[in-house]
Parts: sequence; structure tokens; C-alpha cells
Amino acid sequence: MPETGDVERAFRRESGRAVASLVRFFGDIDLAEEAVQDAFVVALQTWPATGLPPSPAGWIITTARNRGLDRVRRESSRTGREAEAVRLQEARGTGPDPQDVGPVADDSLRLIFTCCHPALAPSAQVALTLRLVAGLQTPEIAKAFLVPEPTMAQRLVRAKHKIRAANIPYRVPRDAELPDRLPPVLAVVYLVFNEGYLPSSGDELVRAQLCAEAIRLARLLVELLPDEPEVHGLLALLLLVESRRAARADGAGRLVRLAEQDRSQWDASMIAEGQTLVRGCLRRNQPGPYQIQAAIAAVHSDAPTAADTDWSQIVALYDQLLALTPSPVVALNRAVAVAEVEGPAVALGLVDGLAGLDGYHLWHAVRGDLLERVGRPDDAAAAFAAALERTDNGAERDLLRARRSVL
Amino acid sequence: MPQYLLSVHMVEGEPSPPEDVVQDMYAAVDRFNAKVQEAGVWVFAGGLHPADTATVVDNTKGGDPIVTDGPFSEAKEQIGGFWIVEVADLDDALKWATEASAACQGKVEVRPFQSE
Repeated sequence: MPETGDVERAFRRESGRAVASLVRFFGDIDLAEEAVQDAFVVALQTWPATGLPPSPAGWIITTARNRGLDRVRRESSRTGREAEAVRLQEARGTGPDPQDVGPVADDSLRLIFTCCHPALAPSAQVALTLRLVAGLQTPEIAKAFLVPEPTMAQRLVRAKHKIRAANIPYRVPRDAELPDRLPPVLAVVYLVFNEGYLPSSGDELVRAQLCAEAIRLARLLVELLPDEPEVHGLLALLLLVESRRAARADGAGRLVRLAEQDRSQWDASMIAEGQTLVRGCLRRNQPGPYQIQAAIAAVHSDAPTAADTDWSQIVALYDQLLALTPSPVVALNRAVAVAEVEGPAVALGLVDGLAGLDGYHLWHAVRGDLLERVGRPDDAAAAFAAALERTDNGAERDLLRARRSVL
Repeated sequence: MPQYLLSVHMVEGEPSPPEDVVQDMYAAVDRFNAKVQEAGVWVFAGGLHPADTATVVDNTKGGDPIVTDGPFSEAKEQIGGFWIVEVADLDDALKWATEASAACQGKVEVRPFQSE
């Protein structure tokens, strides 16, 4: 019989889809969220005894719909419009059919395009999508953006209020609007994947569900926008990174660096799919940031062992990426590749010259690695210590401690 | 259906465009207004005299109301005119605002009315 943790995980996996369907049904984001929350309480009470339902998503949608209808009937403060819409749907016998989720009509897509509406500030777009589509809780989102929790909570409240007050429509944009509406959506999907791949806090090494959700959304976007190269690039990138999941943690759940991973555990079919997409992008020759990052990942995936990695090719790709998206983090990643081509001393010079990264634990970790390689173990230890201070992730901390301890 | 205020804001003190440009703008706004009416989304619209023709009345405290010459806000940005449209959702309001902004050569703020 499932325990509370199992119930929570199963619920979290499906709640995004449930919220999306119910936003369409109720026409109100808060009501949809509250209804799903009510269903969660019921799940916690009943699933441990009855077991997980065969279709958790269907169960959640049905239960939440009923709870939501109860709320509407009870709360006379609801605006007449919502109550009327709900009564109409009740009368017609329509409502979200848990089985009725076609690829283009996917409610999650409606929800993500609404969350990423241009009338919302970019920070609100990402926060809202993580909350409603990915099902992250507010504290986790706050951590991911390095802002205090009350600030993030306010941001979400304001964004939902604006959607309601200004009547931001709940739909997928028309064809002509799609190319402009896409960039924030891609950015959000990327961030969702990152949150799942390496959570910003806590001891879970990966949150597979978030990565699967991000990949699912990326696939839907490819279906919807087959002619947008960056959409293919994003899917390729996510697949190629996800392909390494099994090798990324050892039996004890410890983080394994790319150079040390057992490449036989990499998922060959994901790699094949990712590389096919990358080749398609290269043929189209309309490069963009996601496509270049995917190409870099593909170079890694091409190498049977770490020693076979074509680092010069990677440096060349980073040069391209830096030209498109100049940022200290990209420059840092480029320096890591430069170390393999021109040696750690040159790379250390580059890394030390980067401004604004003192709060970023990976800058300190990279410095630690390079300092160790140029034979400065005391400075390396200090750098790893600085990195430790700047991350809460249990698996990363274990790795940093291990690196520091051998110095 | 929801109603939106599309308000045009000008920056006081900026030099007026040459007369022929102003006439083009009036013509463009006329064409835009006709479109809005034809589409059946027109509720009301009008251009306002400049802010220095305004008068502020304060009757919030007991006693005599206070009447002051000039606009409410001391800011350089002042409202110059507005449309009120009734449309299905914000996307439609933004489309009209996009045309309005081009026609009157000013930034247009789109604000939803509270529903009854």
C-alpha cells in the first residue's frame, strides 16, 4: 500500500495536467488550484488504504472538479460569471474528460502559453509556469531564483490576479502569433528541466518527473511548431542531457562528474534521437542558443570515452554560443573546455577574469578543479570550501567535500 | 464582455510635431476610430485638451471643497485621450491598442475595467 511519500510523488506527477484541465473547466486559476489541493487532501486520506488509482490523473481531475463545484456552490462571493459558466457546463454535462487529451489540444500547452503571456513580466512567466504546470511549491521556486519566499509568493499572487483582472485568455496563440510567443515558453521549459535535473536544494539528486514533463512539453512544441529550429534544438538538448541520467549518480546516489561517468549507462536511444535532431538543425543552418548547446551535448555523446572527447570542437561551439549569448556563465563553461585544449593554467586565467560570479557555486568549483590541476592544493581547498557555502544541494555538497578531502 | 480603457499618454514639454504630421495623425486616428466602430467594439472615445486646462476638486475633508488649477499629477507624462472598447479578452484589446498607438503616435496603456 502506498505511503504518504508515494502519494505525494504520484500526485505531484499528475497535478500539473489536472490544474491545466481544470483551468479550462472553471475558467479560474485560483479555483482550479484550490480544487486540486482539495483533491490532494482526499488522496492522502484514501490512497494509502485503497492503493493508487489506475489513472491518477483521471482520479484527480474528477475529484478536483467535484470539489471545485462544491466550492463554487458554497462561496457566494464568487463572481456571477464563473458560477454561471460552471452551471452551464454542469447542465450540458460537459467537462474535462480525463482521457481526452490530444497532442495539440493539450491543456498543458494552453496553460504554458497563458503563463508565458507577454502581458506578464518574464519573472512572473517563469514562476507561474513552474507553479501551475510543473507543480513546484513556492519555496522551491524561490530557491531556484534566489529570491525570498514572500517575494516569490507575492509575484505569483500578482500574476494570477492580472490574468484574472485583465482577462488574459486561456488558449494556444494563433499561428501568426506563435513565433513571437515562443521564446519565453522555451526559456521556461528549459528552466523546468534544469530544476528537475539538478534541484536547487534538498538531497534528491534528480527529480525525474520534472525532466519528463519538460521533455513532454518540448515534444509537444516540436509537433506544434515543426519549422522553428530552436524548438528542435531545445528538445535535442534535453534528450541528450537526460540520456546521462543513469550514469550521473552512483549506487549510493552520489554525483558522478561527466569525465568519470560509465558511458555504457547512457541511454542510447535518447542519444540517437538527440543527435538526429542536431543534424537536422545543422542542415537548416539557422543557429540559435539551444541548438548550439545541443550540438555541444552531442559532441560529448559522440565520445565513447571521456578521453575521446573532441574538445576543440566544443570550444569552437562555445565561441559561437558566446557570440550569440554573451554571459559570464557561458564564458565559464567555455573555459572548462579550454582547459582540455590549452591546459588548466590558461583556463584559470580566463576564469579568474570573469566578473560577477562570486555567488555562483560552480565558478568556485571550477576554480577549485583548475587550481588543483596547476598544483595549488591550498587555494583549491579554499575554492571548494567557497563552493560548499554557496549550494544547498546534498549531492553536490558531497561531491565538493570529497574533492576537498583528497587535497 | 470585458471593457478596457486604452489611454494615450504624452510627455508634456516635448516639441509638437510639424503641422502636416499632426494632420496625418488626425487622419490616421479618424480611420482607426471608424474601424473600431465598424467592428462593433466602440464604447466611447475622445481627445483631451492639454493638462494645463484641467482643474482638480478635493472634497475629501469636511468643510469647503478645495478647487485647484492644473492636473492631478505633477508628472510630465499626462493623459491626452482615450478609447473605451468592449472586446472578448486582453489579446483583442492589445491588438486594438497596437493600431491605436501607431495611429496617434503615442504609448497606449491598456487597463481593464472592474466588472459589475
